[in-house]
Amino acid sequence: MADNNSGNVEFLKIQDVDLEVERRGAGPPLVLLDDEEGLTRESPLVDELAKSFEVIIPSTPGFGRSSRPDWIETMDDIAYLMLDFLDATGVEDATLIGFSLGGWIAAEMATKNVTRIGRLALIDPYGIKVRGPWDRDTQDIWFLTKEEVQVLKYADPKNGDIDYTEMPDEKLEVIARNRESLARFCWQPYMHNPKLKRRLHRISVPTLVIWGAADGVITTDYGKAYAGEIPGARFEVIENGGHFPHLEQPELFWEVLGGFLADAQQAA
Amino acid sequence: MYAWHFTEMPYPDHPDPDTVPSVRVSLPNKHFDPKLGADLYNRYLDEHMLADDLGLNIMLNEHHQTVTCLDVAAPLAAAILARQTSKARICILGNPMANRADPVRIAEEMAMVDCISRGRLDVGFVRGVPYELFASNTNPTQTLERLWEGIDLCVKAWTHREGCFNFEGKFWHKRSVNIWPTPYQQPHPPVWITGSSDKENIREVARRGFTFAMFLQPYEKVKEMFDAYREATIYDDPEEARRHIAYMPLVATGETEEEALGFAKKVAWYLGAKTAPQFRNPPGYVPISFNVSALKGGYAGRTDAVRARGIDYLKEQGVMMFGTPDQVFEQVKAFYGHVGGFGQLLMMQQAGHLSHEETVKSMTLFAREVYPRIREEFAFKPANKGAAAQ
Repeated sequence: MADNNSGNVEFLKIQDVDLEVERRGAGPPLVLLDDEEGLTRESPLVDELAKSFEVIIPSTPGFGRSSRPDWIETMDDIAYLMLDFLDATGVEDATLIGFSLGGWIAAEMATKNVTRIGRLALIDPYGIKVRGPWDRDTQDIWFLTKEEVQVLKYADPKNGDIDYTEMPDEKLEVIARNRESLARFCWQPYMHNPKLKRRLHRISVPTLVIWGAADGVITTDYGKAYAGEIPGARFEVIENGGHFPHLEQPELFWEVLGGFLADAQQAA
Repeated sequence: MYAWHFTEMPYPDHPDPDTVPSVRVSLPNKHFDPKLGADLYNRYLDEHMLADDLGLNIMLNEHHQTVTCLDVAAPLAAAILARQTSKARICILGNPMANRADPVRIAEEMAMVDCISRGRLDVGFVRGVPYELFASNTNPTQTLERLWEGIDLCVKAWTHREGCFNFEGKFWHKRSVNIWPTPYQQPHPPVWITGSSDKENIREVARRGFTFAMFLQPYEKVKEMFDAYREATIYDDPEEARRHIAYMPLVATGETEEEALGFAKKVAWYLGAKTAPQFRNPPGYVPISFNVSALKGGYAGRTDAVRARGIDYLKEQGVMMFGTPDQVFEQVKAFYGHVGGFGQLLMMQQAGHLSHEETVKSMTLFAREVYPRIREEFAFKPANKGAAAQ
């Protein structure tokens, strides 16, 4: 996606996947897994991070401009491929941050192998089933209307307004692909991997879970339960922030995340 | 040409659509009265039996969670009619293969109905319309893959005669398939597939010798797709290819133009059935390019644009055919010319509030005064005429 904020973009071949990778800034490696809408990479947060880190933003298979071969079917497939990506880049002691779907992928990766991961931050991640079969842990974004989803996702629904009519086709194609890939991976089981909850205990790096208090798609209770499965994880709530708290409350968000990154760097 | 009577078995006595978000998927079933439902089921089955008496064939389909279609299990309706009719061919168009749990179970159901009907069954398979995915939970990005894998497994189950076979595919695993009964028709009943815009899929239908069917589309679009089928057909004889091409309009025949228009307006209820926008286009059901247009506001679902144009436009385009017997005949003939010919006329002759008496009248007029002319005008010519003469 060509826009003014873009750093260096290249394509890496990971197995048979052409993975789009953007790099910005210099410093210790910070791997950022974007949300499923591709909003985070375009936010000022990345500029803030790029002041102290080399921010590496790979598009996971099927998102952005990364390819999606048919064999990539589950979050397991994606998580292993993204671990292959970490191996290919050779990063060490990397900070791994994931937003929403990217948070789910980051959590999956960290349950499998933390050799190259020094610390983990998850922001409103999807991925687990908390309650029983009759309970809807994650509101159904495909069953609800666009307007209803926007109300659930944002503390102030107006923050979710996007004018698509003036966008170039290549950007609209990315948005349409992102939506299609989300359905490919998350239609059923809906927005979770039934196995993930029982694997979260394996995450053995310092972990911060940040939640928007006004996230109506997956609530703070869900977030607490998520963090509760990860040994020693810190759980922080951003007031007046929705599913993307970093977009709606950037200052409050940075206070929390910036603190965690500084602590983690000192400890390291 | 053969003609087939069809109704989706609607439940038209639902709340005013202006007061509910959708009459598909989410309309609470507290609005369903089982006593009225019983009357409707029996009435629609009676009309199919009338079709048999009138010399028409029968088409059935299924949908789920919708007032437009109470036939939620086409094999059940087919099983009833296999016993209660004697002449008509019965076509399920179709079994929603992508949304069914087990293709081998479908193979068994179809084989059983084929035996009960003594070989009068035609077996259609469909990918399923977008809103079905909310009832079935099928992944919208994989419906075509599931459709074809399921068809392969079903056809193999029908035709494999030497004990058990195994299958380890992407969507289904089977360790020992060996169905009893086999189909009455050997090697298996005729297979039909529907399509609307995906030409590669149509070519796949053609390469397998299956019948290709299109529903309710303007004739230019229909011709484009029929041409794609004809180009890829395995049949050397063009008449045999034509026998495998089907089209469905809404059809209403009246004694007078005025009566037919009254029937047509009632049947057109089907085209206006309100469906919430998010149910019409789950991500991955249509190609990326369609969704790029949708983001720009140019695409609201495959068929909505056509259907919003009004009854005169629909008649001109062949989406609806209605009038006196002469007029209906002329409309079929014109459409036949526009699309380069076809062999099976599937007719939705009942929808919405078209009453039993009105439906019977429309069906009977068609069968007695239109169908004989169609049978003659578009009769299938014997193959290899020249060779036979020698």
